[in-house]
Amino acid sequence: MPDQLLFAMEVFLNGLMAGVLYALVALGFVLIYKASGIFNYAQGVMALFAALTLVGIMEGQVPFSHLINAVFGTEIHHFGWHLPAVVAIVLTGVVMIALAWAVNRFIFRHLVGQEPIILFMATIGLAYFMEGVGDIMWGADIKKLDVGLPQGINTWIDESTYEIFGYGFFIDNLDLWATGIAAALVIALTIFSQYSKQGRALRAVADDHQAALSVGISLNYIWVLVWSIAGFVALVAGIMWGTKSGVQFSLSLIALKALPVLMLGGFTSIPGAIVGGLIIGVGEKLFEFAIGPLVGGATENWFAYVLALLFLVFRPQGLFGERIIERV
Amino acid sequence: MSLAEQVLGHERDNEDGGWITADGRQIGAVMMEMKNITLRFGGVVAIKDISFDIRKGEIRAIIGPNGAGKSSMLNVISGFYNPQEGDVFYLGEKRPKMRPYEVARQGIARTFQNIALFEGMSVLDNVMTGRLNHMKAGVLAQALWKGRAEREEIENREKVEKIIDFLEIQNIRKKPVGSLPYGLKKRVELARALAAEPSLLLLDEPMAGMNVEEKEDMSRFILDVNDEFGTTIALIEHDMGVVMDLSDRVVVMDYGKKIGDGTPDEVRNNQDVIDAYLGVAHD
Ligand SMILES: Nc1ncnc2c1ncn2[C@@H]1O[C@H](COP(=O)(O)OP(=O)(O)O)[C@@H](O)[C@H]1O
Ligand SMILES: [Mg+2]
Repeated sequence: MPDQLLFAMEVFLNGLMAGVLYALVALGFVLIYKASGIFNYAQGVMALFAALTLVGIMEGQVPFSHLINAVFGTEIHHFGWHLPAVVAIVLTGVVMIALAWAVNRFIFRHLVGQEPIILFMATIGLAYFMEGVGDIMWGADIKKLDVGLPQGINTWIDESTYEIFGYGFFIDNLDLWATGIAAALVIALTIFSQYSKQGRALRAVADDHQAALSVGISLNYIWVLVWSIAGFVALVAGIMWGTKSGVQFSLSLIALKALPVLMLGGFTSIPGAIVGGLIIGVGEKLFEFAIGPLVGGATENWFAYVLALLFLVFRPQGLFGERIIERV
Repeated sequence: MSLAEQVLGHERDNEDGGWITADGRQIGAVMMEMKNITLRFGGVVAIKDISFDIRKGEIRAIIGPNGAGKSSMLNVISGFYNPQEGDVFYLGEKRPKMRPYEVARQGIARTFQNIALFEGMSVLDNVMTGRLNHMKAGVLAQALWKGRAEREEIENREKVEKIIDFLEIQNIRKKPVGSLPYGLKKRVELARALAAEPSLLLLDEPMAGMNVEEKEDMSRFILDVNDEFGTTIALIEHDMGVVMDLSDRVVVMDYGKKIGDGTPDEVRNNQDVIDAYLGVAHD
């Protein structure tokens, strides 16, 4: 097999893995959008916030320590514990549920029935508010996150591809794990939404608010539930991303990468978010590999958006989105 | 002679003021009582100081011309609108201000004038959502005790299948609701409301926009539901004829006011009602 093809295959696989992370963030968007019509700009910041909180809890960092020390003249920074990753993840999950509740109680409950653009503006406000709170709470320095996921080259793939093709593929263990966990998450979400009482209620709310109310579903409860699930998805994305490149504030920018994913996949489709994520991941890696050297690289910054733009022109509802039919 | 005897020409049956109808059904005590309800939308007074009651086991109709405030009244009963004045008594107790889902959980199910179905779901799934209030297993319980959740699902499925058979929609049970014709959608909406096994069923123009045959089917279903399940029904209908055949007692509304209340015969002979229906000029 020609070398170029082998390289391209390796790039393809790595693109798939990157795409899984995009898909995870996009999934969080879709969940909230379907159930409440809110386009949650803060989804990326939620991933950042979750990762920050996770590191903070694991390392026993005192929240708001800067503020506390400045006000009281103290010098406290750490509780002096190191929690196991599992415990910290569960505690962070609880924090994300509390956040979901607060977001509904203090923001969206007061905005029921408002124009979508107003809800969207509220999420922009929420995003920057959370970014600020995250900063004050846990500090702005880049943090290392290690929850015990294996990292580094997967030697089995390296060796077996070497045996077959005479060229060993470089696939990171972390990416493999991320893919597995994301797949498990999507399967769990699908089963939950198709077969559980709450899942059925959730689909009902996504479909018709009035009808949902008439069968005894509390919209507030469903919204808190949805934001909690989105918070949990953000936590998983935050763990993957944070482990890969450290927990830093640029993490919130992955939300912007989720946008083209959503345009591709449709804002209301869970399979769309997944397939869209994979297409963007693979597309931008392959494009960079094939065309990047010709145009001086850095195509990854814009490729996704251009692809999404092309899609918008030819299929505005996305791959799996609901058909937009003009009512006349 | 008691009031019931005078008014209805039937023998009074119970102390609670109930009676037995000509076709042998038992009408019981007052189940729902609306007292001096007033509902305003800005300057528009949709309901003006209206009082009436609904008795257990009866079919109670609310009629009146377009814009009379019928739907608004149903929305007050089901908690979708909150009246500015007046009280609602349910099962003898004054009801605090409630949200629609809380009212639904008290056993009051409804349909909508403009049909509110889950268009993206199948008929079966739509009717299943009607049973959400009868399902207990929470998120965790479902994850931990899969068996119990499954048993619950099966029990509820059986009830739902019975309702689907009852309303003769077996052949479309797997179809997405969005693709159904109007008349069938109305029937699915009724099925979903029935799935909740309500004590009080509210129907907002269940026969609007139907052809004669569909109307006859729907009338039959409404009578059967009342007869076989003993469900109390309050229904809004535009068409006087249909109402006269179906209902035990009728409230007549016009411009937000109550202009008549009694048996179909009484209402039919009420001059105000005749005027309203013949479109006699309102000054
Ligand atoms: N949600 C609402 N907002 C404003 N006005 C309303 C609303 N619902 C009903 N109305 C007004 O209340 C009056 C009664 O309407 P409705 O109850 O729908 O009448 P009906 O069902 O008897 O045709 C109408 O004037 C209508 O415009
Ligand atoms: Mg109406």
